[in-house]
Amino acid sequence: MAAKVITITSGKGGVGKTTITANLGTALASMGQKVVCIDADIGLRNLDVVMGLENRIVYDLVDVVEGRCRLRQAMIRDKRTEGLFLIPAAQTRDKTAVSPSDMVRVCDELRPEHDWVIIDSPAGIERGFRNAIAPADSVFVVTNPEVSAVRDADRIIGIVEAEQKGPAQLIINRIDMQMVQRGDMIGTEDIVDLLAIDLIGIIPEDENVIISTNRGTPITLDGKSRAGEAMQNISRRMLGEEVPFMDLTIQAGFLKKLFTGGGSKNE
Amino acid sequence: MSDFIGRLTGRKRKSAYQAKERLQLVLIHDRTNLSSTVLEKMKDEIIEVISRHIEIEPDTVSIELNKDGREQRLIADIPVLGPKKKR
Repeated sequence: MAAKVITITSGKGGVGKTTITANLGTALASMGQKVVCIDADIGLRNLDVVMGLENRIVYDLVDVVEGRCRLRQAMIRDKRTEGLFLIPAAQTRDKTAVSPSDMVRVCDELRPEHDWVIIDSPAGIERGFRNAIAPADSVFVVTNPEVSAVRDADRIIGIVEAEQKGPAQLIINRIDMQMVQRGDMIGTEDIVDLLAIDLIGIIPEDENVIISTNRGTPITLDGKSRAGEAMQNISRRMLGEEVPFMDLTIQAGFLKKLFTGGGSKNE
Repeated sequence: MSDFIGRLTGRKRKSAYQAKERLQLVLIHDRTNLSSTVLEKMKDEIIEVISRHIEIEPDTVSIELNKDGREQRLIADIPVLGPKKKR
């Protein structure tokens, strides 16, 4: 085995990096892959709560880097999903406790015995982000259909390219097809056109995501949600499968067309 | 066309369309770090250099930044009037 290291990043905060990291990790592991998720957001750790593993932390990434424990000891095994591990971030330190070369070293140690290392990057373009992309073989940039998120994504894509980690691949998260069809949300095609990189996933807005993070159970474990399905599709694409993008268009019902039809006469 | 009708009927352009248009400009400027002031200054300097050698009409010159995938291209359109008249 020689793990592929994937970094999930975005520039802007709050677009869904942590949720996506947790779910891609869970989905890949449930397909029989050996996966380690690393929380690189030192000082603002969250991947542990999203994965529901917050009560089992003994050692963290900074303990590993500073030699207080062996790498194995900081890896929390997810009991629900065979083959899934988490290396949590330290909560009481800051980004400077880890260097880009530390991250490369940790990942190199993980590579031989795993299939995937997925790194949850902090927001921003500073040290924490640099740490997160240093060991990456591929970078996934997450954005939302919103001007600020798209602008930040563009900046990140440029830096990833300049650091020779490109071309990054794009995940568009929280798309609301009703708003897109109404002309009040930038569509996926327009975002891809603006950012000019390849798309690896489109995830619809889905309130089940909040419900699953409330519970600490990644949504891909629940087979019925649209967002969960979309993230499962991304993981299948990561494994080389050709999976078409989900059809997210909403067919308006007859009555709805009848009553709202007046509004679209002027299009 | 829909834009024209939209204005006639007093309806605003769709916000998604505005978002895309605004992003197009912002991204080009972010990527090149060129402001419109710098672009104007560059244009004046280019006109000056070219005018030393051939006859052009400064008002007809257009210089703009275009996006081609993730590459930016500076496109200059400079109509030529003729050879420089010797004074």
